[in-house]
Amino acid sequence: MALKGNLRDFSTTQLLNLINLAKKTGTLVVEGPNQAAQLAFRNGKLIYGQLAQEDGNLTSILHKAGKLNDEQARVLRERAARSTDKELGLLLINAGYVSQTDILLSIRAHVLDIVYRLITWVEGLFRFEQGVMPSEDRITVPIELENVIIEGARRMREWERLVEELPSLDMALKFTEHPNVNIRDMKLSVEEWRVVSFINPKNSMKAIAKQNNLTDLEIRRIVYGLLQAGLVEVIRPEGAPRPLPFGLSPRKPSPPTPAEKTAARGLVNRLIARIRSL
Amino acid sequence: MQTVKMVVTGPFNSGKTQFIQAVSEIDVVSTERRITSEAERIKENTTVAMDFGRITVDADLVLYLFGTPGQKRFDFMWEILSEGMLGFVVMVDSTRPETFREAKSILETFRAYAPTPYVVAANKQDNDEAWPIEDLRIALRLAPEIKLIPCVATEREKVKTVLLELLYSILAEMETS
Repeated sequence: MALKGNLRDFSTTQLLNLINLAKKTGTLVVEGPNQAAQLAFRNGKLIYGQLAQEDGNLTSILHKAGKLNDEQARVLRERAARSTDKELGLLLINAGYVSQTDILLSIRAHVLDIVYRLITWVEGLFRFEQGVMPSEDRITVPIELENVIIEGARRMREWERLVEELPSLDMALKFTEHPNVNIRDMKLSVEEWRVVSFINPKNSMKAIAKQNNLTDLEIRRIVYGLLQAGLVEVIRPEGAPRPLPFGLSPRKPSPPTPAEKTAARGLVNRLIARIRSL
Repeated sequence: MQTVKMVVTGPFNSGKTQFIQAVSEIDVVSTERRITSEAERIKENTTVAMDFGRITVDADLVLYLFGTPGQKRFDFMWEILSEGMLGFVVMVDSTRPETFREAKSILETFRAYAPTPYVVAANKQDNDEAWPIEDLRIALRLAPEIKLIPCVATEREKVKTVLLELLYSILAEMETS
């Protein structure tokens, strides 16, 4: 029987639990509405992960982990494009750029990042390809799944709570007029400051996240903190359509004419008179 | 015949049906049903689509009040119901703080659907357990300019006040747009 279905019915954490208990070997392929991911397992242990839109090679992983600077990553992409990850890893260790531990920890963090992203997906077709392994040139790192599942479940709960608080990332943010605290006195992280710097009634949360390369979970987490601190409030983005609330012509693209405005006012006044008379 | 609609939303059991019932000239058409079969009860207790009531304004104009299904699993209906609405009322059960978070979430969801005016009705204010209005405002993180109106959904005058405040907000919005 093929292990396949939809994350709507069987969540990522449930899948990880199954793979762990059954000590499965193979690759889990998940195709979500906007992105796709692959996770590879050997004997129930997570060993590798890749998002479809990322190259997932060692240079990118070490760059993301801060082990290579922009210039080093650029040079490696140009000159070592044909090297496998294993060859490149040896080269970098021998050249003293990174240690073996740096490489293993960076790959581990990269794979876990993918798993935790995947855990927040609520929709997506999945299939488990029994026995399929990553290509030989990739470096794999075995990761026990128990802690990943526990952490994943915790993040899932956090995700659900954050989505409940901030259901739409199409909304924008503005600073509250009378915040309880002065933002300059607050100890914000680099990511929080970056988000704060983009707060503007014209920028939706989705746009701020994209600008700062933040996931939906990360932007919600930061905005939730700012909301709790009373620093910001959620508003409809400036420039978003604000149709006159006729009720009858809600999708009219052109602005209402003076005659339409008068008619709408008349309609509301009739409603007011009727409600008063009840 | 012109028809307009307002939407009454809020968490499950916040008083939406009673609210509409208090002012509707027809018996509220409720699609709420209690499932009695034990086998089905295991799956779900009730199945709810929506409620609606009607107020005839004059020969040419009718106002419909739509109550949204409060249970989360029916939230696919919300966007459909919100289309073309004049404004919306968010009902909050002032005695059940465990529902405040959900009420806030529903409010934000509806705000995202349509940029129409809205008011928040703090229901069951006649109950000793009801949270005071100003505490509710903080709990729901409502800005001072958002109308939070004390309400008892079974009392017509209180419901009229909520609807009138919403209509005043709609009128004010028209003046500024």
